[in-house]
Formats: sequence, C-alpha cells, structure tokens
Amino acid sequence: MTTATATIPHGVHHHGPEKGLMRWIKTTNHKDIGSLYMWFAFAMLLIGGALAMGIRAELLQPGMQLMEPQFFNQLTTMHGLIMVFGAIMPAFVGLGNWLIPMMIGAPDMALPRMNNWSFWILPFAGGILLSTFFMEGGAPAFGWTFYAPLSTTFAPDSTDFFIFAVHLLGFSSIMGAINIIATVLNMRAPEMKLMDMPLFVWTWLITSFLLIGAMPVLAGVVTMMLTDRNFGTAFFDATGGGDPVMFQHIFWFFGHPEVYIMILPAFGITSHIIPTFARKPLFGYSSMVYATASIAFLSYIVWAHHMFLTGMPVAGGLYFMYATMLIAVPTGVKVFNWVATMWRGSMTFEAPMLWTLSFVFLFTIGGFSGLMLGIAPADIQYHDTYFVVAHFHYVLVTGALWAIIAATLYWLPKWTGKMYNESLAKIHFWWAVISVNILFFPQHFLGLAGMPRRIPDYSLQFADFNLISSIGGFAFGASFFLLTYIVVDCIRNGKPVSARPWKGAKGLEWTLDAKAPYHSFNTPPSRALIEAESQHSA
Amino acid sequence: MAVDMNKKISKGFWVKLVSAPILMFAFAYAMVPIYDVFCEITGFNGTTSRIQSEQQYVVDEDRKVGVGFFAMTMGGFPVQFGPKVESMEIVPGEFYTTSYIAKNNTDEVVIGQAIPSVAPTDAALHFKKLECFCFNKQVFEPHEEVEMSLRFVVDPALDRRIKDISLSYNFFKLEG
Repeated sequence: MTTATATIPHGVHHHGPEKGLMRWIKTTNHKDIGSLYMWFAFAMLLIGGALAMGIRAELLQPGMQLMEPQFFNQLTTMHGLIMVFGAIMPAFVGLGNWLIPMMIGAPDMALPRMNNWSFWILPFAGGILLSTFFMEGGAPAFGWTFYAPLSTTFAPDSTDFFIFAVHLLGFSSIMGAINIIATVLNMRAPEMKLMDMPLFVWTWLITSFLLIGAMPVLAGVVTMMLTDRNFGTAFFDATGGGDPVMFQHIFWFFGHPEVYIMILPAFGITSHIIPTFARKPLFGYSSMVYATASIAFLSYIVWAHHMFLTGMPVAGGLYFMYATMLIAVPTGVKVFNWVATMWRGSMTFEAPMLWTLSFVFLFTIGGFSGLMLGIAPADIQYHDTYFVVAHFHYVLVTGALWAIIAATLYWLPKWTGKMYNESLAKIHFWWAVISVNILFFPQHFLGLAGMPRRIPDYSLQFADFNLISSIGGFAFGASFFLLTYIVVDCIRNGKPVSARPWKGAKGLEWTLDAKAPYHSFNTPPSRALIEAESQHSA
Repeated sequence: MAVDMNKKISKGFWVKLVSAPILMFAFAYAMVPIYDVFCEITGFNGTTSRIQSEQQYVVDEDRKVGVGFFAMTMGGFPVQFGPKVESMEIVPGEFYTTSYIAKNNTDEVVIGQAIPSVAPTDAALHFKKLECFCFNKQVFEPHEEVEMSLRFVVDPALDRRIKDISLSYNFFKLEG
C-alpha cells in the first residue's frame, strides 16, 4: 500500500478545499484547522515576545528607564497570559489537530464543526484580551496568576474583559479536548489497540482529560471573581466572610494541571523524534504511557506547593513537598527512556533532533530547579524571586516551545510536501539555544541573590546579570525572524520531498502522500501496516 | 470503503464528555464550603475555633505560653483599634479574659467585622474562644470608645514545642 488515497476512485470521495477566505472561516478540515491554530499561536508568540522585549528593555539597567511601573506590571501580566493561553496551548492543539487523525488512521476529527468553533473563538478571545491595553486604567496588571484581592478589589475596570476572554479561552480548550477524546476513542483505525497508539496520541489523550478536569475550575474561579467584582458576592473578600487565600487554592487546583497540559504533548513529540534520528525503536513504550498517566494524576494533588508562604501547618507543607517530589519519578522514567532510546543508536543531528536533544537537557534543568522550589523550607528563600522566573521559563520555553519548534520542523515536510532549509535551521537552532541560555540562566543567580519578580526596578548588585539577561533576551527575540523566514521559505520554495523524508521515521502519517492529502485515511490501515509503522516494536 | 470510518458517537459517550466539564465547574464552587470545613477541622489558615461553654482541662501549672495580641485595619477602616494589653503569659487549660479597645473618631456610624488569625497555624486549632467580638459585627457610634472583650483558652493538647502564639485581628468595614 503506497498511499491510502490512491486506492479510492475519483468521485466517490469528493473535493479539496474551497477557494478564498471562506475556506478558512467555514473549514471543518482537521488540517486547515490545525494550520489556523498554528498561525494563531505563532502570531500570539510574536506579540507575547514583543511584550517580553519591553520587560527586558526596562530591566536592562537599574532605575526606571522607559515606562511607568504600572505599565511594566501590565507587560508582565499580559506576557504571561498571552504566552500560556494564546501561544503554547493553541500551538499544541494545532499540532494535535494536524497529527492525531493521521497517526490513528482516521479521515478527520470526530467533531469537525465543533472543531471549527473552538478555533474561531480564539481570535476573539485574544482580541478582547489585547484590547484591554487600550482601555481606561490599562490592561490587567496583577500578574498572570491574578490573585485576589489584587484582581478583585484593586483591579482596573478592564479586568471584566479579561474575565470574559478567559471564559472564551476555557470554552475553546474544553471543546478541543472533548474533540480529541472523541477522535482517539471513536475514530481510531479498528485494528489499532490503545497500546498501539503512538505516544503523541497518548500524551494528547491524557492531556485532554487534564483539560476537561482543570479548565472548568478556571472558569469557576474567574466567575467568582466576576460576581465578587460586580454582583456583591464575597468569595474572596474577608469582609463578607470570604477568604483571599481560597482564591489561590482554587486557582492552583487549575494551575498545576495546567503546567502539565503545556508539557505532556511535548513529551509525546520528543518520543517521536528521538527514535527517528536514533534509528531505534522507542525504549520502554508502555512505561512511557504509565508515566504520563501518573504525572497527570499527581498533577491534581500537589497544587499547594505554589503556596508554601501562605501559612500552612507543617503537616500540609510536608505532604505537598513529598507529593511534589514524587512527580520526579515518572518524569525521570521518561528522561531515562529517551536516553536509553539513543543508547547505541545510529544518531544523526538534523534540526528537529537538535531541538529535541536540547529539550531533554534544558527541560531537565528546569525540572531540577522545580525540585529545588518544591522543598518547602527552601522555598521561603526562592518564593517570588527570579529563580522561579528562570525555572518556569526553562520548562516552558526550552521545554514546551522547544518541542513545538521541533515538531514544526519535523512534520513540516509532511504538511507541505517540501523540505525546509536545513543549514538555515541549524543556524537558527544554535542562535536560539545559546541566546536563550544567556537570557534565562543568569536569572537563577538573580533569584538566589534575592531579586524579586514582577518589579520594574532593582538594586545595584543585580545590574550585571540583568544586563547579560537582557542582551540574551534581545538576541533570542530576534531569532524568531529567522524562524519565520525558514517556515515561509519552506512553504514557498522548499524542495519537494518523498513521502518519508526522514529515513528512520515510523508512524502512519509517513505512509500518506509526501504532502498529506486533504482527507487523511478513507480506508482504515491494516493490522500489518499498523505493526510495521509502530514506533516501539523492533 | 469497507469499514464505516465515521462512527457515530453514542449518546452515553456524549453525556459523559459534556457532563465532566460541567461537574468540574460545579466542583470549583463546591471547594468554597469544602475549604471552610477543612479550615475549621484543621486550623488551616489560622482559623480559630469557637466553644460554647467552659470545659475542664487538666492544667499543668508549670507550663507557660506567651500570647501576643495584634490589631490591623484594612481598606480605610476609620476606627482606631488595638489590644488593651499587648501580651500575656498564660497556662494552657486555664481561661483568660482580655479586651481590645476601639475608638470611632468620625461623625458617622461605622459597622465593622473583625477577622481573627492565629500564628503559628499549628496552634490555631488549639486556640479556643468562648467569647469574642469577632463572633458578631460591631457597630461603632460617632466618637464612641468601646471595650470589646475576649475570653479564651489554649488547649493543653497544644504541641509543647510551641512557646509563643500570636493572635491578630483585622477589622473590615461593612456597608451599612
């Protein structure tokens, strides 16, 4: 079987895409919607990145340089919100849309119309969020965690728009998650058992359960904020018998699963790319599945490690510390499995592999600084310092974003039928990986020395490391122009590739045409094909 | 096209998919009462406990614990407010009475609610109040000075390593 579509006579299955703009507005095709998600996420990445450039410019030197403190707070808040909800999450949903149907031998997603809706909510939500910059009183300035009472009693009026935007984003994510669960459980090729599924599908399935568990809690907490602000309730207002600390409990009950929502699909991507370029089957496939599920479960019971300083009985601190440490076990299983996959493999270092290798290394640094933060007594020193900033940028930038870039380069030939410029991609990789470390590594030292986060000014002893960090920041920001060029150049001028441009790649998606056809699998793949394309059987 | 690839999603599956997020949304609201009960049982977040009558404890006269009294006002509360004595040395198991003094310097009636908090949090569960001005909202007439009493006991079950307890009150203004 060379391709799935070649076996289908014309006329039985119809048409390609519609022409013009309406194609994108009305589309129910998983590839179109995947592309929309990816472009939206990329646009938000650039906007969020521009805000970060503003932050680093202000922090280039001690003293107030460019902006009012209030505007600086708006920048940090909006940077966080846009990157989390606008860039990283939609990018993973986009990858899921593109890849999941192709990987499980399905023609499309299970709920195509809902898929269209869940994408088209996003630009409106993003637009509402960004429009708060132009409102009286400015954008939300209380940090992306929007703790009450900063976000209730003391917040600008634009906070109500922020709340509505979060509601919309939550709706979109929940619908996306429902769609993926329905697709994986209902549309899988009949011959494909659950334990035959590639890891990207597995990690996304588990992530979907995290999404439908956590996003409604976020919707709940912003609804409470809304009624506290406008309708006289007192969920977080001590005057009326409420409690601001409870805000943090409810927020982090969402917030901790959220950080795994942003990293589990990255684990899946890594588990595809490493076997391809090591030319070996994935080591420990089933342990990878169980480790992912364990991480997902544990993510629901560790939330208060973000709150060690709110005043907690010793027993509470101990429990949350130990439970947090426990997450290192399944995560370690994954990292060691990746290393074992590479062991004695015939490795080559094409750009997706470079991104993935640096993902494993740098994400592990972020994981270790997370362990340090999880130590309840030590967290008293680290809490709300730049050490925390360095930690979550190592896991989210060199973790989640790295995997997204790796996945884009790895599957771009399948999406476009063309190859990107490998030498430019290698230059871009080294540029980004060096500058990102110049950007974030010094922030560990700043944090350990006591520089607080979310403050536009700092005392003189922090000046050198901030200067280094800012220079790294500008260089890292500039690297995205090159990434844009590489992707556009590939789409326009890339050299045509074969159906399987990576020699060692396995997976049903590589059995489709070089440029994946508009409808993926119209006839389900056979058992023999599924076994031949399994990433984990030798 | 041997197999129908577009399997219909069964009704039961739909119900599960849609009800899961709805249940989790409700759970966010359920966390409010759960949190209150949790704080009351564990003393989490410095929540003190209330008792209805003077019970007898086995008293160890040689054991002493320092109790510090603190006062805060927030959100432009216009009444001056502070403890009558700033600290006491007490014996766990015995009942003590002390008071806070408040003076309304304005020309208007002010209604306030005091919210207590005990530190360290492990002591909160054992700090029991029989009588406290924080049980009810307080009404301050213009230019009136009031003494508000507090009767409490520290349960001898308090961890012996805890030598000092702080009790602080934060007064919030209530709308008339």
